[in-house]
Amino acid sequence: MIQLSVLKEGHRAVIVRIGGQGTLRRRILEMGLTKGTEIYVEKYAPLRDPMELIVKGYHVSLRVEEAAQITVEPINPPA
Amino acid sequence: MNAHPMNRCITIALSGNPNSGKTTIFNNITGTRQKVGNWPGVTVEKKEGLIHRFGFDLKIIDLPGTYSLTPFSIEEIVARDYVLEARPDVVIDIIDASNLERSLYLATQLRELGRSKVMFALNMSDVARARGFKIDGAKLSELLDVPVVSTIGNKNEGVERLLEKAVELALSDKPPEFRRKVRYSQDIETAIASLDRLLQACMSPALDYDTRWTAIKLLENDPIVRKRLLEQAEEHAEQIATETDQLRQVLSQRFNDEPEIVMTDERYGFIAGIMKEVFTISSRQRVDISRNIDLVLTNRFTGFPIFLFFIWAMFQLTFTLGAYPMEWIEAGVTLLSTGVERLLPPSLLREMLVDGILAGVGSVIVFLPNILILFFCIALFEDTGYMARSAFLMDKIMHLIGLHGKSFIPMLMGFGCNVPAIMAARTLESEKDRILTILITPFMSCSARLPVYIVLAGAFFDAHAGTLIFVIYLLGIATAILMGRLFRSTLLRGADAPFVMELPPYRVPMLKSLMIHMWERSKMFLKKMTGVILVGSVLVWALSAFPRTVTYSRNYAEAMEQVRVEYAQRLAADDDARAALTAERDARLQELRWSRQSEAAERSLMGRLGKLVAPVFAPLGIDWRGGVALLTGFAAKEIVVSTMAVLYAVEDGESGDALGRALVSSGMTPLAALSMMVFVLLYVPCLATIATIRRETASLKWTAFSVFYMTGVAWLLAFVVFQGGRLLGFQ
Repeated sequence: MIQLSVLKEGHRAVIVRIGGQGTLRRRILEMGLTKGTEIYVEKYAPLRDPMELIVKGYHVSLRVEEAAQITVEPINPPA
Repeated sequence: MNAHPMNRCITIALSGNPNSGKTTIFNNITGTRQKVGNWPGVTVEKKEGLIHRFGFDLKIIDLPGTYSLTPFSIEEIVARDYVLEARPDVVIDIIDASNLERSLYLATQLRELGRSKVMFALNMSDVARARGFKIDGAKLSELLDVPVVSTIGNKNEGVERLLEKAVELALSDKPPEFRRKVRYSQDIETAIASLDRLLQACMSPALDYDTRWTAIKLLENDPIVRKRLLEQAEEHAEQIATETDQLRQVLSQRFNDEPEIVMTDERYGFIAGIMKEVFTISSRQRVDISRNIDLVLTNRFTGFPIFLFFIWAMFQLTFTLGAYPMEWIEAGVTLLSTGVERLLPPSLLREMLVDGILAGVGSVIVFLPNILILFFCIALFEDTGYMARSAFLMDKIMHLIGLHGKSFIPMLMGFGCNVPAIMAARTLESEKDRILTILITPFMSCSARLPVYIVLAGAFFDAHAGTLIFVIYLLGIATAILMGRLFRSTLLRGADAPFVMELPPYRVPMLKSLMIHMWERSKMFLKKMTGVILVGSVLVWALSAFPRTVTYSRNYAEAMEQVRVEYAQRLAADDDARAALTAERDARLQELRWSRQSEAAERSLMGRLGKLVAPVFAPLGIDWRGGVALLTGFAAKEIVVSTMAVLYAVEDGESGDALGRALVSSGMTPLAALSMMVFVLLYVPCLATIATIRRETASLKWTAFSVFYMTGVAWLLAFVVFQGGRLLGFQ
């Protein structure tokens, strides 16, 4: 299990746990990043922050520091 | 407010996620019959339209686009309160069919509210089909007990049927009843039931809202619902509060997590169940155009250059293309002024009309072309989906100041003109981000401040003028960054909104909605600005025009007559030096005339005010004349130069060099000039900006605060520059 923030571009993973607290945590969940959801790292911004993910069929961006709160289980091999 | 079918007026609220095509549908329904304002007390845009259809008056309300109804942002609070309090007859939830799963989260919450009849519009059904999605609308309708209509907003397909269904739903006697509800896990359901019972027992008169919903919100620790309920509960407040806290504690231990997190999870579980029954995806994969566009537009190497190009193009369009109609408007205002001067005999009224109202309002109206073009560009960025990408690119940099990526565009626009820049801050969703952006954007040195720098730097720092002006611009940016960080850690603490931002698919914008967007925002500018500017410019004019009769220190008319007589004699005596003597005479006459004008200015209310505030400016090395120029600069920065020209007695129409020479000979030092430039950079840009801040923050408090803090910062930094410079031995 690793932090979402270290997952590389083009890799897939399943969300294991959303850490952090308060507003941010709830907001992340409400956007559909719930436990067991599969995510795909589409890309990192040119300055390496934020990152773009594909979740439940749509694109969403997260700051790297926010993604560090999310624990994921990588799916191998990356599609 | 509460409209019932009886009085033949039906209220329909449109709700939906951002980018769901909600606004397009709203525009299609209401066309130009829409009213744009603000929701009371907040800066969230409120749009409503009244139309007549099927023999009814239909009041259509466009609720703010939100992803949920959890009251985190003002938009969510506004949307939820509207449904709770105003209780529209029907709420139409606009669902992006190509993004069904996430859209159903808001839909679930709307049903859970149990306040109004709910129906769904499965919008962009063509996009969903193209992506290989198949949605069983009939099944969805059956499962969730809501009418479902498929629509394609940008082709205006299905919209008529949507309205028809909404009216039908509003007229039906059946109260909203949802058989299939979100069922939470056993322990949570038990807790809900026990709170529900307590609420039903304790609350008399009975609770206005659904008790199950209220119980759920209490367990989710919803601060707004809790506060309102406890206020209403009176003597039972303590009992309800204790019971809620206990249940929350039990659940937290049971799940090893906060109940609201578990419940959000379970709502998505419920949605997953619905998805299984109504949603199928065909295996054929189409090319995702939007993703391909992003391969270039947010690419590691090409992303920034292209972004800079777009910004440059927007600047060019706004300020270069805008310059032409600006000239026409200026010419029109001049024509009008001359016309008034010809028509009316010289009088106080004429002077007020021409020098006060026309000059003042004219100076603001000229911004209209800029504003129209700028808002067109911004609407284009927003409607295509590029705005989200620009925030994605810039967020890392803006985050250093404690701002959101979207703050970049308003701040950049500030270098052109602060008025549209502050209006551009509307694109920020979080109110705190928006206020912070509005507070620091005026430090971006706008184009109207440049003439002041040119005159001062040109006169005192000739060889290094360019470098110095550049440093002044940098100082503005540095101040903005410092103040941004300061406010973020004090007044507007902690609200650095999470950057969980959707990157919607690129879409071809619709001209109609671009036009509506542009026009509605520009209209607001015109309406509000003219009022404030009208009063402000008449005030400035009155201060410089009164008192009407001035007793001069000497009799200028007599002195001028003396000069004329003296030269007439000398000319008669010496015919050879005629040209030289005439020139000498004219120069002396001119000197007297300007001295009189300067004295008149000194004795006007403005001049007296200048003397009054002179002690304030003295520590900055600025004399009373500079002080008056800065005071008039509150109206507009362009006026600073013209006021100085009057006070330092420079002839009209002479170049800035003449003013520069006059400044040098008046005893102003380079250090004082620098201090004045710093002050001009940092204090309130102009009346129009103040009016815009008032308009955009919807708060007198923030407006007054911004005026005082900017002036304070300006004074402080000018003081540091002047006194510090003196200590270091500069002049």
